[in-house]
Amino acid sequence: MNSILILICVTLALTAISFVFARQKARRQLAVAAKTIHSQPSYHGWFAGLMSGGLAFLALIVSAFLSLSPLFTIVLMVVLAVLGFFFAMNRIGADFRARTYVEYFIKSILVLCSLIAVFTTIGIIFSLLFESMRFFKEVSFLDFVTGLDWSAQTAFRDDQVGQSGSFGAVPIFAGTFLITLIAVSIAAPIGLMIAIFLSEYASVRAKRIIKPTIEILAGIPTIVYGFFALLTFGPFIRGFAESMGFGIPTQSAFTAGVVMGIMIIPFVSSLSNDVINAVPQSMRDGSYALGATKSETMTKVVFAGALPGIIGAFLLAISRAIGETMIVVLAAGGAANLTANPFESVSTVTFQIVTLLTGDLEFDSPKTLSAFALGLMLFVVTLLLNMIALIIVRRYSAKYE
Amino acid sequence: MSSSPSIHASERALKRLKKRHARERRFKVMGLSAIAIAVMALIWLLYSVIGTGYKAFYTHSFTLDVEMTESVLDPTGARDPDALRKSNYRRIVQNAMYERFPDVTDRKAKKELFDIISTSGAPNHLRQMAYNDPSIIGQSFTITVPTSDDVDQLLKGNIDRDLDESRRKVSDRQIAWVDQLMETGEIKSGFNKGFFVNPDSRDAELAGIATAFLGSLMTLFVTALMAIPVGIGAAIWLDEFAPRNRFVDFIEININNLAAVPSIIFGVLGLAIFINFFGLPRSIPIVGGLVLGLRALPTVIIATRATLMAVPQSIRDGALSIGASHVQAVFHHKLPHAGPGILTGSIIAMAQALGETAPLLMIGMVAFLTEVPNSPTDPATVLPVQIYIWSSNAERAWVEKTSAAIMILLLVLILINGFAIWLRNRLEKRW
Repeated sequence: MNSILILICVTLALTAISFVFARQKARRQLAVAAKTIHSQPSYHGWFAGLMSGGLAFLALIVSAFLSLSPLFTIVLMVVLAVLGFFFAMNRIGADFRARTYVEYFIKSILVLCSLIAVFTTIGIIFSLLFESMRFFKEVSFLDFVTGLDWSAQTAFRDDQVGQSGSFGAVPIFAGTFLITLIAVSIAAPIGLMIAIFLSEYASVRAKRIIKPTIEILAGIPTIVYGFFALLTFGPFIRGFAESMGFGIPTQSAFTAGVVMGIMIIPFVSSLSNDVINAVPQSMRDGSYALGATKSETMTKVVFAGALPGIIGAFLLAISRAIGETMIVVLAAGGAANLTANPFESVSTVTFQIVTLLTGDLEFDSPKTLSAFALGLMLFVVTLLLNMIALIIVRRYSAKYE
Repeated sequence: MSSSPSIHASERALKRLKKRHARERRFKVMGLSAIAIAVMALIWLLYSVIGTGYKAFYTHSFTLDVEMTESVLDPTGARDPDALRKSNYRRIVQNAMYERFPDVTDRKAKKELFDIISTSGAPNHLRQMAYNDPSIIGQSFTITVPTSDDVDQLLKGNIDRDLDESRRKVSDRQIAWVDQLMETGEIKSGFNKGFFVNPDSRDAELAGIATAFLGSLMTLFVTALMAIPVGIGAAIWLDEFAPRNRFVDFIEININNLAAVPSIIFGVLGLAIFINFFGLPRSIPIVGGLVLGLRALPTVIIATRATLMAVPQSIRDGALSIGASHVQAVFHHKLPHAGPGILTGSIIAMAQALGETAPLLMIGMVAFLTEVPNSPTDPATVLPVQIYIWSSNAERAWVEKTSAAIMILLLVLILINGFAIWLRNRLEKRW
């Protein structure tokens, strides 16, 4: 690790030295023809620096791949850098288009930066697909998506590996769906009402206070919500149910779902607020002119106009809820029950990924690989939801432009 | 009132109007109560965290006279550092406690007496002292060490003294001793410095957030180093140099989607690529920083693009018209104007990265670590993960610690976000 750092420093030093010398030479040589030169001296300097530094870096990469000795690497780097330096020094002249080359290099770096985002997506798809394929070689895809029994943890034992029925993901999907449903049915009405109130009723001053306060909810890390669900909200709900004569567990779909709902309220409210504000004022004015009250205008005119955008916001909220991890890890209980009862412990896709991929990993066992299959499902579903939401919102915003 | 009663003033119409107005009021109340619910949830959350967490910032310590008996610690008199490391400091502390209460003789009572003090903290403290300066062996002096977490909880009022002895963690005898020691001032409450400078520990009274805090700092450093330059570069290219074609459209859609991919997926990516494929070690801040860097990248790109778009085209055009190249116009003229906005966006993206937990669990930053990391290549953990690790302990002392760690995390987030907002208000230009 340290030797790599040293070598990178050597590269930078070679770049800097080349830059300084080349710029100096260019200054001296080009001072005579100052008005007719193509590139300023510093571009000549940059060209030399990039030539020698780039070649040295290339040598560094090559020797890292061939795992050459550090000493040999340094020698190779310096030799190439000196060659690059003299190549650049020889070019210095009034006609040499150093700036064009340097700018070409800068643009290439910018393209590379943009491609990293693409590579990330490709990396995600590739790694999930690759490991999932290995998983589906052992457990058939049909069993995975239709099986009713999930017991990945116990399938670790030799006699159970690959046994059909152990990797039936339906209870996991059902648990995810149940928690998402609870979360969205909390966040959607509350978030929407907040958005409506802020855009139609609140004064500018009230808005200035309310909006940031709601946004704080969005800035709180999810682990904090998880802790709150586990130690405050869960026991509170259990105590409340006990006082009514019911016995329910602290960790349940309900606990996780409600707290998750609170977490995505600001998400729904700010997205809906944007789409409600995008509805033209003229539509409201027309409604008021007919004598409608504010609430009638809102529910019958503005809401109808903003509906696609609001649906888009809900879809994004659902996608957020499906992918949320820490709250369910701490508060959902984690038992892979196939149930519609919100007061039971359930497990979700993200919960399973966390439990399967923390601790000692064996990349050969279906136990570990099943997490990648679940990850693939999660990725595909959230991707679809996001795409649909984006398309809806985009079409809708085009309508009012 | 009026001579010709219009249909709008008829009894039916007035009734209807009343109903409509009532509905209007109900609607408004619904809006207000939605806000009230959200605000109350926020207050409840903060209250539950702060209400338990603030107590972790003070703690109780015990000032005790100890005698570093040579016959116990170093019977050979060789002062060999390796041997001194293994010596029985526990016995020294026990002897000191028994000497403080000479009338305690029976075995069980002696054990209870020893349990007042941090049973691993006190011997470790002495071990460290002897290791630093072996000449203290044979001397007598006073040390100040933490009390056990149960005694600390008792003194903080979290253990009910009226409960039956069998159902609480401290015995009647211990309560009597502790009260006596409080009166004489041998047990004192004070600022809990250990919480900030200690690494994690199995004992609640010794556990601190130093490892997690430094780990967070290092991880965030790597994240910033990766996400901010790359994000700005990508945004500049997309905004200025990218041709309009299908591939560029694809990149843009891809970036928007990446921003909405669940963060745990980035953890799985990190596990598969950095750890499984490249063979980098698990739990180190470099890998964590890279994973969070990829996570933060789309956020930085989107924020930077928004700021770049807000800079008027005329600035770039002016530069181009007096002969600057495209690259010069962008880097010398457009970018400086977008600087404050980019900075704000990047800082907010870093604040988000600081709160991430799930992706770091995937790459193994969840290990129990009793050492403070010295470099980004040492195993470390981060604050949110430390909170996750501690939250599985249900004992009161741990809940307190976890809440306090959350308070620190929230405080740091508030400071970062507040700084970003201050910066924006101060530097941002409106065109």
